[in-house]
Amino acid sequence: MAQVNTAKLKASNRRAGRKIGGTVAIFIFLSILGIFMALPIYLTVVMSVKPVEELFIFPPKLYTLRPTTENYSDMFESLRQNRVPFSRYVFNSISVTLSVTLLQCVFASMAAFVLAKCKFPGSRLINSIIVISLLYQSNVIYIMQYIVMARMHLIDNPLALILPSVASPMGLFLMRQSIMQVPDAMIEAAKVDGAGLFRICWQIVMPNQKPALMTLIIFAFQAAWNIQAGSLIFQEQYKTLPTVVTQAAASGMARAGVAMAAAVFMLIPPVIVFMLAQRHVIATMAHSGIKE
Amino acid sequence: MAQAKEKRNKKGLWRSVKQNKACYLMLAPFMIFFTIFTIVPVVMSLPMGFTDFNMVQPPKYVGLSNYTTLFLSDKVFVKSIRVTLIFALFTGPISYVLCFMLAWMINELPQKLKTFFTLVFYIPSMANVYTVWQLIFSGDMNGYLNSFLLDLGLINAPVQWLTDGRYVLGVTIVVQLWISLGAGFLALRAGFQNIDPELYEAGAVEGIRTRWQELIYIVIPSMGPQMMFAAVMQIVSSFTAGTVAQNLVGFPSTDYKAHTIMTHAYDYGWVRYEMGYASAICMILFVAMFLCNKLISRLLSKYME
Repeated sequence: MAQVNTAKLKASNRRAGRKIGGTVAIFIFLSILGIFMALPIYLTVVMSVKPVEELFIFPPKLYTLRPTTENYSDMFESLRQNRVPFSRYVFNSISVTLSVTLLQCVFASMAAFVLAKCKFPGSRLINSIIVISLLYQSNVIYIMQYIVMARMHLIDNPLALILPSVASPMGLFLMRQSIMQVPDAMIEAAKVDGAGLFRICWQIVMPNQKPALMTLIIFAFQAAWNIQAGSLIFQEQYKTLPTVVTQAAASGMARAGVAMAAAVFMLIPPVIVFMLAQRHVIATMAHSGIKE
Repeated sequence: MAQAKEKRNKKGLWRSVKQNKACYLMLAPFMIFFTIFTIVPVVMSLPMGFTDFNMVQPPKYVGLSNYTTLFLSDKVFVKSIRVTLIFALFTGPISYVLCFMLAWMINELPQKLKTFFTLVFYIPSMANVYTVWQLIFSGDMNGYLNSFLLDLGLINAPVQWLTDGRYVLGVTIVVQLWISLGAGFLALRAGFQNIDPELYEAGAVEGIRTRWQELIYIVIPSMGPQMMFAAVMQIVSSFTAGTVAQNLVGFPSTDYKAHTIMTHAYDYGWVRYEMGYASAICMILFVAMFLCNKLISRLLSKYME
């Protein structure tokens, strides 16, 4: 085991001044800290497969003797009691999440590109508005947002879950910061070649922005996946998973185990997206390394 | 004369707007939705701090009275300022440095371990697991922390982590730190991946010998934008924290020991329906964050040069 690790570590030590000992030390440090970070998540998973009678064993154990899927089946059982089939919620959640993620990335990338690389009347003002809107948090905003949406007849409309989230100032800020690092010469050269801004953005700048874009996908997916219908949607057939899963976790058999099962269940898709996207982030470096 | 100049200026502005038509077109999709769902509600909420608004009757203008009440007679608010400052001072800088150092350390590892460790450190901010923290800090012997400490003989009786006024703020800070490796951390990770490998080679040629030198002379100077992003995220999350405390140590917390400004605003807004007062509270918080952001961006840009 240790030998395999050393071989792997050696491979990453191509850069100047790397001592294998230092990398191993970093690995050990991260592992110890990582155990503490992962402990609550680990406990959540363990609790979700713990049978009821084991919940009050003293002293509390870090593992379970007889794992059970009871909590999960309880959760799905109470979901099945809704008038709408479970698959409908899944469909709603997937369509909301995918449209929000896609639109957010497209809108934010284009806007970030012009705000980072073009000077035009209003560009400085918009740049500072973006940061200010991130800092301004007020619980009155939600009321005002509700009023705006009611005016637009969006209440109880499935679009209510999508439209407010497609323009994320955080996503724009993230992309802008990253695109700022693209050398101006690259864009000027493309302009000389006669490329329009739209083409420069999508064919020259964005292919180099994989790390930031993939990070944005992670944020957007995670946020969209967890959008709560709240007071925006009343019709059962438009509700999404977070709303009904929270209800299921809190209703009837309100036990810690079911809540944990719900948390684990809701965590799986974002984790999968994270892994896929993060792999692309990391591949970027290797790629540009080979190119040279 | 002056009029003519203004006319020319206007013409010039119009011309440069026209020249940049493509810019506006690419900005439009974002700006349309951003204006409708963010700018309009924000602008509508700005004057609310000067009103008495209970969500049933239309807001009534009351001048500065919300603000004078806040500072002169609301003792809990003054307390919450202290809590927020302690909280922000502890979680903000610590978690900012943690975000950066962890992202850098992960970057030093081989490819396959990178994804794994990034996930391990990021997953807490994805999960919504207050229940498990309640079990860990639970006040009876069944709490994980209590049973662990009893086992070691460090304590003789279970500690009321979540209700004892001496511990609630500390517990909240620990949990906040645990979930704080979020957006800033991932953005920094992406930033590290974006550094041109040629820079490292050039550095090696110029005599950079250790990874520490590389960090200071090559990595940090080329990470400015990501560090700015992480700073803004950190300011927001440490100043507006409130949900962690509410979910963990209850609301209101014992003796208001974990009562942040945001919790105070929640209290007045959603419990007492005094929205005017609540939005005055938020306004003060916004001013504090705005100043903090100005300060940090000045410091960072000075450092980057």
